[in-house]
Amino acid sequence: MNEYLLKGLLFIFIFYISFVVLAKNNFRFIYWLSVCYSGFGLLCSLSFLLSGQSSQSISFPLGLPTTGAHFKIDALASFFLLIVNLGSFVSSFYGIGYGSHTSEQSRTLPFYIIFLGSMNMVLLAADAFSFLFFWELMSLSSWALVMSSHQHKETAEAGFIYILMASLGTFALLFALSLIAAPSKSYCFDQMGKVSMDGKLASLIFLLALLGAGSKAGLIPLHVWLPKAHPAAPSHVSALMSGVMTKVAVYGFIRIVFELLPSQEKWWSILILIIAGISTVVGVLYALMQHDIKRLLAYHTIENIGIVFIGIGLSMAFKIYGMTAASALAMTAALFHALNHSIFKNLLFLGSGAIQSATDQRDMEKLGGLILNMPHTAFTFLIGSVAISALPPLNGFVSEWLLMQSILQSPQLPSWGMKFLVPSVGAFLALSAALAASCFIKVYGITFLGRPRSMQSTVASETDRWSVLAMYALAFLCIIFGIFPRLVIHLLGPVVRAIAATHYFPLSAKSFFMPLSLVVDQNAYNGFVLVLLLGIFLFFILISVKWLSSNQFRRTPIWDCGYPEKSPDCQYTANSFAQPIRKVFGPFLFATKEKVVCSEPWYPKAAKMIVKLHDQIWEYLYKPVAMAIDRISEKINFLQFLTVRRYLVLVFLTLVCLLGCLAFLL
Amino acid sequence: MIKNLVFQCFDAFFLLAFSPLVIGIIRKTKARFLLKQGPSLLQPYYDLMKLFRKEVTLPDSASWLFKATPYVVFTFSWLAASLVPTFSTNLLFSKTADLIAIVALLGTARFFLSLAALDAGTSFGGLGSSRESLIASLAEPAMIMIIFTIALVAKSTDLSAISTFMISGQAGLRVSLWLALASLVLVAIAENGRIPVDNPATHLELTMIHEAMILEYSGKYLALLEVASQLKIVLYLSLVAAVFFPFGMSTMGSGISSFFIGLFTYIAKIGLGASMLGFFEILVAKMRLFKIPNFLGAAFMLALLATVLLFVSRSL
Repeated sequence: MNEYLLKGLLFIFIFYISFVVLAKNNFRFIYWLSVCYSGFGLLCSLSFLLSGQSSQSISFPLGLPTTGAHFKIDALASFFLLIVNLGSFVSSFYGIGYGSHTSEQSRTLPFYIIFLGSMNMVLLAADAFSFLFFWELMSLSSWALVMSSHQHKETAEAGFIYILMASLGTFALLFALSLIAAPSKSYCFDQMGKVSMDGKLASLIFLLALLGAGSKAGLIPLHVWLPKAHPAAPSHVSALMSGVMTKVAVYGFIRIVFELLPSQEKWWSILILIIAGISTVVGVLYALMQHDIKRLLAYHTIENIGIVFIGIGLSMAFKIYGMTAASALAMTAALFHALNHSIFKNLLFLGSGAIQSATDQRDMEKLGGLILNMPHTAFTFLIGSVAISALPPLNGFVSEWLLMQSILQSPQLPSWGMKFLVPSVGAFLALSAALAASCFIKVYGITFLGRPRSMQSTVASETDRWSVLAMYALAFLCIIFGIFPRLVIHLLGPVVRAIAATHYFPLSAKSFFMPLSLVVDQNAYNGFVLVLLLGIFLFFILISVKWLSSNQFRRTPIWDCGYPEKSPDCQYTANSFAQPIRKVFGPFLFATKEKVVCSEPWYPKAAKMIVKLHDQIWEYLYKPVAMAIDRISEKINFLQFLTVRRYLVLVFLTLVCLLGCLAFLL
Repeated sequence: MIKNLVFQCFDAFFLLAFSPLVIGIIRKTKARFLLKQGPSLLQPYYDLMKLFRKEVTLPDSASWLFKATPYVVFTFSWLAASLVPTFSTNLLFSKTADLIAIVALLGTARFFLSLAALDAGTSFGGLGSSRESLIASLAEPAMIMIIFTIALVAKSTDLSAISTFMISGQAGLRVSLWLALASLVLVAIAENGRIPVDNPATHLELTMIHEAMILEYSGKYLALLEVASQLKIVLYLSLVAAVFFPFGMSTMGSGISSFFIGLFTYIAKIGLGASMLGFFEILVAKMRLFKIPNFLGAAFMLALLATVLLFVSRSL
């Protein structure tokens, strides 16, 4: 049956892409079509994961002459297909309503389709050529989507940096894949992983894969493009880029490092854990300093990708030392978190899109009090905020709990480096979870609570029905996966078995619903009973408070210790909320400079506070490179203004050099 | 099964009834050491009764979140407190949430309380919320490291299993456990907003944190939040008792007499802990806000040291 599914997926892909030409500006039609397309993909991946069948492949006489194009659906691909299509299903649904708030649809629609399709195809590709082709197609179409509002100066800059980093990433992957392909003399994934490889060459391939996939996923220090590019796109595209495209990068990394490379070196996992640990904390601290909602959410993606990579790194370490059960546990945690992140990050981006279309604002400092005008967006955004802060009883907590449990498995690791590294990574994880909670208290408190800080925020009204429905669907998933984590674990079973050779949570027909608890070494977490108990306790309290208390209430002006300020500008702002954290972490991370500008007492004028944050990574890693390139190009600029004679001399010399090289090499 | 259920229910309601008394003990101790008479031990009960009977005033700008938060905070704190073993290690729902989850439940309560503080749109609310976030962010890594230490010694994160292990005496004297205890005390002080991190007796001061968050609350809502914070103190005291001083607890398969022994030793332990807290509070002054990172940094380093010791050697 799966063969037909795979054929169907490919066929419908072509069919789907061809609609770009047919339906030019009818955005509703296109989005409905996308809903159907990703709905079909979703069904395919679910049916594949649940049936537990082995992989199916198919090849076409396209692509490279001797190779052809190969496509394959297996457990790993189908789990990521699930993530991609779940995200795009909801985002397309959201697009049906969101499209009516935006103008110039033709700037986004064709690329949206190509973007969705190419993400699916990257996952299905089973040879190096088609993988890279669709990877590049994904990069370019998302770049076009970022540039859809190219009038803004910021967007142009974001697009420039994005295209540079994306090219760098594809370049690295191209090298990595061709180095793997060379010894096996085949570009097909099935044959590529079979040949044993020199350790140094494997390490080089690993580094290239980390560079290529890490730059797409947004690992620090390759993250610079992400917080600029993601927010620049329309909100449902931002949701896809942040929630889904980063997962495609994770997929690429797992595919290359765990499957195509025959064995892993010990230091790889150490490197991954260090980079991932730093990404979690630095990502969330960057996010805390933002006051543009979408940029904040984009920075926050770096944190979550870090968490996913912590799981991957741990899994790799366990695998190297032969602790397969622990490796399976860590991989389960990583993949579970990847799915969770795609759900709540989509939800939050869609919420920010709803806010943007209702108020025309992305700056939190100009919002406030939206909970009264936009009750549905506010409610779903709250669910997303609790979930992303890794708080029980929602889904974010479950994956974080699994990751904590896999860290507790690690004292058995014999390596001394690991013994010191892993506890620190655990501390980083805890710190990032707590900072994430602060971050989303800030986002929610400043945007939805308090008194409105601007006219637009006062008169905002709830967004359209489609968008609300899409957000409720995602919020529902956050709750369901928190209460019944076994659902996801069950889906993950074949995937983890494929990567880690075993699975931690035994698979049986019964385990789909029962038992509901997750048990790791007799440590249990049972979301369902927890929610049940919370319900019982809450019921008891409601009844007894009703019986015990006076139940009289009246509305009064705010008290604020007797000194209420009329103006809503006197409320805490996003910047002032983050001030204590900025003061503690800022000098070290951002080299913060704060300056208070007060006018002279006899000349009354508003005082000002200027805060300057420096992105250290940008200044010490990227700026020198950019400056070096600038300087070199200035130096060789004179080559542009030569006479024809001199150009001919240059051509001749180049030819001689090349021939000399050839003679030397052959 | 039935016995465990009875224990669990008794535990939950006993904690609810007992926690205001703990606050009474702390206040009485403080007053006595300052050579004052002090209010009656039962004063917190009278205060709560008074608050419940009073009319609620809601700020104009408050939303439904403001009204829901006291219930959410109360429910989560109460559930978290009743999942910590107090006088007996066999509680029915100990398999529902382990130590990591219990701490995270308190995190959810704090999340909602911090949001509610921002809801009315006052400057004091924001101040409290922002500072609480800072303290929580710094306390969380330390707490997780403490959990790791305990879990690595007891080979479990399940509190009932930890207590059972600790009672059996297999843990012995370990450096890492002492470090974890020291760290846990510091974290507990910070998390509960006690002196020197925050002063629960202040009002209308620029240094207040917890009080600033609940400034706009009145009547039954305030009463619920008060009980929730009392439960949180009892939770941390019980946690210290259950992990580090578990003697006297009734264990699996023991008779009804051990139940009473367990209950009395528990009350004695918590009473002692509360008076030590009161005594400690008269010895120190409140810190400046930006000294708190040093305080919690010390807690974190102690706990990290404990964990690394355990990663390096199983016997330390």
